Formats: sequence, structure tokens, C-alpha cells
Amino acid sequence: MSYSTQTQAKAEAGEAAGKEFLAFTLGQEEYGIDILRVQEIRGYEPVTRIANAPDFIKGVVNLRGIIVPVVDMRIKFSLGTPTYDQFTVVIILNIAGRVMGMVVDSVSDVTTLSPGQVKPAPEMGTIFDSDYLIGLGTLSERMLILVDIDKLMSSSEMGLIEKIAA
Amino acid sequence: MTIDMSQFYQVFFDEADELLAEMEKLLLALDVSTPDSEDLNAIFRAAHSIKGGAATFAFNDITEVTHMLESLLDRIRKGEMALTSEHVEAFLVSKDILVMQMDGHHHGSSVDQDAVGSVCQRLKALSQGMLPETTDAVASPAPAPESVPEPARAEAAPIADADGNFHFRIELPEVPQRDVDALATELGLLGTISQEGLADKRVVFTLITSEGQDSIVAICSFVLDPDDLKITHGGAEGSPQAAAETSAEPEHADAKPSAEDPGYGIFEPENTGAASAPAVTAEVAKAEPAAEAKNFGRRASDKEGTSQESSSIRVGIEKVDQLINLVGELVITQAMIEQRIGVLDPIHHERLLNSVGQLTRNTRDLQEAVMSIRMMPMDYVFSRFPRMVRDLAGKLGKKVDFVTRGAATELDKGLIERIVDPLTHLVRNSVDHGIEMPEKRRAGGKSETGRLTLSAAHQGGNIVIEVSDDGGGLNRDRILAKAKQQGLDVSDTMPNADVWQLIFAPGFSTAEVVTDVSGRGVGMDVVKRNIAAMGGTVDIRSVPGAGTTIAISLPLTLAILDGMSVKVGEEVYILPLGYVIESLQPAAADVKEIAGQGKVVKIREEYLPLIPLYRIFDIEPGFTDPTQGIVVILEADGKKAALLVDSLVGQQQVVVKNLESNFRKVAGISGATILGDGGVSLILDVSALLRSSRQLNADPVFF
Repeated sequence: MSYSTQTQAKAEAGEAAGKEFLAFTLGQEEYGIDILRVQEIRGYEPVTRIANAPDFIKGVVNLRGIIVPVVDMRIKFSLGTPTYDQFTVVIILNIAGRVMGMVVDSVSDVTTLSPGQVKPAPEMGTIFDSDYLIGLGTLSERMLILVDIDKLMSSSEMGLIEKIAA
Repeated sequence: MTIDMSQFYQVFFDEADELLAEMEKLLLALDVSTPDSEDLNAIFRAAHSIKGGAATFAFNDITEVTHMLESLLDRIRKGEMALTSEHVEAFLVSKDILVMQMDGHHHGSSVDQDAVGSVCQRLKALSQGMLPETTDAVASPAPAPESVPEPARAEAAPIADADGNFHFRIELPEVPQRDVDALATELGLLGTISQEGLADKRVVFTLITSEGQDSIVAICSFVLDPDDLKITHGGAEGSPQAAAETSAEPEHADAKPSAEDPGYGIFEPENTGAASAPAVTAEVAKAEPAAEAKNFGRRASDKEGTSQESSSIRVGIEKVDQLINLVGELVITQAMIEQRIGVLDPIHHERLLNSVGQLTRNTRDLQEAVMSIRMMPMDYVFSRFPRMVRDLAGKLGKKVDFVTRGAATELDKGLIERIVDPLTHLVRNSVDHGIEMPEKRRAGGKSETGRLTLSAAHQGGNIVIEVSDDGGGLNRDRILAKAKQQGLDVSDTMPNADVWQLIFAPGFSTAEVVTDVSGRGVGMDVVKRNIAAMGGTVDIRSVPGAGTTIAISLPLTLAILDGMSVKVGEEVYILPLGYVIESLQPAAADVKEIAGQGKVVKIREEYLPLIPLYRIFDIEPGFTDPTQGIVVILEADGKKAALLVDSLVGQQQVVVKNLESNFRKVAGISGATILGDGGVSLILDVSALLRSSRQLNADPVFF
């Protein structure tokens, strides 16, 4: 299942005819993810810690009856000291039927990027492995680093999903 | 075909499955020498219903087998033929064939046509072998149900021609040509069909078929109201015999006089007045009561059918699960409200508090009622064993009485389905290894017939299922010898209970001969593993020469469990109450350090390993000293241990949520639940904790 969405995501990235991206910031950088993977955006609530999990996995929360893991991207990618207050934002993602939360510094807006505005990602320069990048989105003054969120979240590096469709 | 019939397939398969199971149950319960006519009728009805359904969906192979089955049964229940064990055997085999055919249609699995053919032969031989004048009785379709008096049925039954075919005249109400064509195609599958138009644009089919009228009605009912349909039986062409009029609504019968097709000898009771000769009227008079009696019978049976249908509905399991989830949410929300109002002044807010109290009770009732939807009686599982035991015992030349107790005990549907395989294994084992051959039993001073008991009963929050035989019991010496041979760690002084547990070791079998029934030694370990996966335990009691009892203890449901919440540092975990024996604060003298091995706690003359939860889960604890905290004594897989926690919070029912649906498996955690305050609490996997405690000291990190 996740495999098919990945290939689908790739195919979409190829055409990307005026796709919408949700822009958020981590540290000094601005990122974009496919809006269709975003289920909702919430404030940060206290989580239940999961023993012996890597520290970027904050724990699990109750999202209207379902148990959802929450990862903190700031810890994962070592971007400053993560703080948790009423302004901390959690993006709830729905990837291949799995729901997960992602803590980021802030969410700015939703932007539409035409294929012409998406440039291939350079081989260096961002904290994300370029495997997980779709490209760079240019929008007048701004530059969005477009992340292949499906691939990133289902990667073994994140350890969120056990052995993808082996 | 104009209607997509496939949408009804599932219903047919479900119903046929139930009917076949019912049929088998009745067949096995049948006393061959003095069969209960009610049972015979029930078996007949089951076969008949399957036939009707199969014909509707054009599963002709199923129709064929059920038809023969039905004919034979019909003769037996009418007393034309005596029931023999041969018959029962043949019926059971044909049931298996039907299951196979059904699977063939349903899942596309392969159907052994040779077996089908041989069963048909067998049934044919049985129905012909006994009485010579079988042709028309064999071909005779289902007569009316039992409420019809015998003579009336005899008269109303249609007459077959020499080939065992019937001639039906089917008068349709006014329907579009498209439907007429569709019906003609469908009915054409049953036999030879011809079609003619009537003056008022209605259509009449003439069908020559070996099928019963019910099949025709069943097919037509997809297009039009069967009540508008007029089906009349004709004898063989040119036969002088009158046929009975069986339209359910006689007032529709006035449509056309029978003059147009006199060859079929059809008489229209309402219309005979002017047209017919007095002699014909006399015949009509004779036919009418029969037709009425039959109509009456049909109505009565329709009514019975309706009341059965309305007493249960089929609902997808996802819908039930969704309902259970929602109710789970409601319970949590309700608990939240209760917590919030706990701080209010009881005198000031008396009415609010009363209302909330009411809400609490209603919520609990609702939760219980919803949970009971998922519950199914154990009979669902038990009912498949009598047949298996019978066949097995026959194959092995043993005599076994099979007894079930507590078949009404209810268990969660999910568990019911998963218990089937382990139970099958245990029952097979008992018949094969447990119960001895008749001679050996006689020599041992027991009755030749062994006794195998399958029972289910509630015990607290668990259901206990026991497979019990009065056979030879487990052989301690042989198990020990075998264990040594396999290099297992055993000693001659082991307590019996430990010896018995050895048979759950992988690849362990003490059977001297490997049969196709059992003895390969794969199985008991699988049984144990499956049951452990369901959160259950297996216990063996055995007395040499007197028998063996294997007791499976399972939680009633997987969705809700009784939990004890414990606190370590700031974190709250849930312990499934089923594993908890007691909790206490040990005295300093009872806690002993074993050099390099961690601590043990002496409780009731037993030394139990101490598992500090804070160490396993890397929590900042309130207390590290067992004498300040609380130890909870846990038991799983026959092993005990003391779990050190800071304090006990309380005891509550929790709705188990799967952690893996959005995350992955976490070692030491079996699931999660949502607490009254909306927060998440993790449920501890006690078996895993106890297992890990053995390696804990070597490797303090859990992963």
C-alpha cells in the first residue's frame, strides 16, 4: 500500500501540474509537503512517552480515539532546542492509511506551485537526505524545500512503520 | 441476464453454509433405527432450501446433488424407505461434496468432479436399489411443507412424464418485453421452454423441466412479484389427468380461459362456469380443495420463514467494530465528565450530579449490550467436532462417545475463529493418542467406548475450554525419555505439571507410529503459541489410566480488558488484571540480592525475581527501593515474577487500542488505551516482561 502511494507520489512529482503544498518552517528553513497528505493541524498536547524509543519519537497521543505517534522533526534533524508551548504546531499526516503527527516550528501557508516552479534539488545543502526531496519550489522571494513526506515517514530511519510491505 | 445476481451470491453462500452445518448436526444426531420425523423433515428442508438457492443462481452442479439428496430424503421421511446407516453416511459425504462445490463457486477452488460423480451414483443407487418403482418418486420435487395433510399433498403434487420431467404453464402478468426475454433465458436453463402471447399482451411460457415449481418461482421472483405469477402443472402431453392449480392468488386466475391450450389439461376453477362441461366441473371441485390446502401450507411456511428472518440480521463485522469503537469513545467521554464534576459542590449541583449518575449507568449498559454483539456461542466451534470425531474414530477403529457441555457459552467472535484450529488439534490428539483401542480398554476394566468431552464455561473474566478424555493418560516416563533424547533440560524428579508442559515443545511427539491423524509432533507447540497469542493459557491435567484433560483459558474478549493502573514516576501503565495475583509492599528482610543476578523477593515461601519497571522502561522512578514502592506479583506462562512499581492507581475496564495500526510493535507493550482524562496509557505485555526478566540482568536495555 505504501509502496503504491510512493510510486504515485513520484509520478505526481513528475507532472506536478499546479500542486498545492503546505509550507512550514524548521529552524531557518522553509519546507513544503503535499497538502493531500495532511489530515489536520493541531496544537501540541502532552504525549505518552514510549519507552526505549528514539528521542525524536515523542510518544503517542489520543486523536479522537485513535492512537497516533508524534515525531518531533526539530529533534530528528537537530534544529535548535525544541520548546513546547501553546504555539507549538503538530501536522497530522495520513500516509498510506497510517496517521502520524509531526512537530514543526510553525506552519505558514498553502501555496500552489506549477511544474515550472519546481527545480531539481541539489545534491547537498539541506538537512534532509536528498532521497527524500522532490525538489525546490521557488515562489518570488521564497524558496520551499519540497519533501517527499511519504518516503520520509515510511523510511526505516524514522522507524515509524515496521518493515514496509515485505 | 438483466439483473446482476452476483450481489446476492454472498447471501446464498452464507445461508447455504449455515444450512449445511445444520444438516450435518441433525444427521449426526439421528438415531438410525428410530429416526425422529421432525429431524428428517428439517434435514429435508435444508437440502431443499439449498437446492432452491442454487437453482436461482444457476449453480447447476449443486442443484443436481441436492436434488438427488432431496429425493432420497423425501422417500425416507415419507416412510417409503427405511433409514440405514448407509444412508446417513451417504448424506454426510454429499454434504462434504456440497461444501466443496460451494467453495468452488465462492472462492474458485478446485472441485473434485470424480467425487461428485461417485456421490451422485451412490445416492442414485440408494434411492433406486431399495424400491423398483422409483422413477416418479425420485423426480418428484419438493412437496408442500409439513402442515399439509398427507392426502392433499399427494393430490397436489405435479405429475411427471416418463422421463421424470414436468410440464409447467407459467402465466406472467403484464411485464416489459425485456423482462420476458430475460426470464425466458433464465428459465430456459432449467429445461425446454416455449413462449406464446395472450390476447391481452401477456405472455405464457410452457416449460418442460425436471425442476420443481419452487425453482421457477425463485427465478421469476427476481423480476416480478411471485403472487402475480400463475404456474400450473400439466401432466405429460395428452395425459388425461387433471393438475392442481397452485397460484397463490386465485383472483388473478380469471385472466384467460384454458381453452387456448387444452393439451395441458389445465382447469381454471373461477372460470369454468359457462365454458366447461359438467364433468369438468366435477374434476375441478376435486382439485380445488387440494389447491387450497396447498396454498394454505405455503402461506404457513412463508410466515414461518419471515419470523425466522426477522429474528436476526446480517451485519458486517466492520460495522460492529466501528460501533464498539464509538461506544468505547463514549465511555471515555463519560468518564471525563465524571471526573470534571467530581470537584463540584454536591449540594449546589445535585441535579447535575444525578443526571450524570444516570448517564454513567446508561453508558455502562450500552457498552455491555454492544460488546455482546460480538459474542458468539461456542456451539459455533463445537458443532464441527461430532463429525470429525466420528470419522476419526471410525478410521482408527475406536469407539468414542462425544459429549459437549456449555455450548451456549459465549465468546468474542474474533477469538471463536482463532480457537478452531487449536481445538481441532487437541480433539484429534485425544482421539488418536488419548483414547485406547476397544480391546485395550476392556483389558483395563473400562467400557469399550471411550468418552471425549468438550466443555466451555465462564470462570471470572475468562472462558475455560476443556478437552477431556477418559483414555490412557499421558505417559510420564515416555515423555521424559523422549525429552532426554531430544536434549531438553529435564530431570526425573520434575513435578508432573512441568512434565506435561514438555509436550508443547516444538517437534515433540511420543506417538510410536506417525499416522495421518497425528503424531508428527508439529502441533502442540503451535497450539500453545496460538493460544498464547490470544492472551490465553493451556493447562494439562493427566492421570495414568484415567484420562487427560487439556484446559484452555481465554480472555472473554480482546477489545476490553480489566486493567490495573500502576504508576512509575510520572507515567501510568495498565497491567491486565488477569495476570495479577496480588500486590504488596515487601519487608526489607524479604528482599534478597543475588550477586550479579539482581534481586529476588520472598513471597509466601517462594523466591520470585524482582523486575523493576523503571529500569526496563528507563523511567525516573519515585522509589528504587522495593520496600518503599509496591511489588505486583504477576503470573504468565506458569512463571511468576514481582514487578516493582511506585504505586497502584486503580482498577478499571479499558478499551484496548492497537498501537501497531499507526505505529509499530513496541517491546513490552501489548497495546494502548485512552484514560478518563483523554490521555493515552500503554498496556504492559506481561508475558514479554516476564520473559525479558530472565535476560534482564545480562542486558538491561530492553531492545
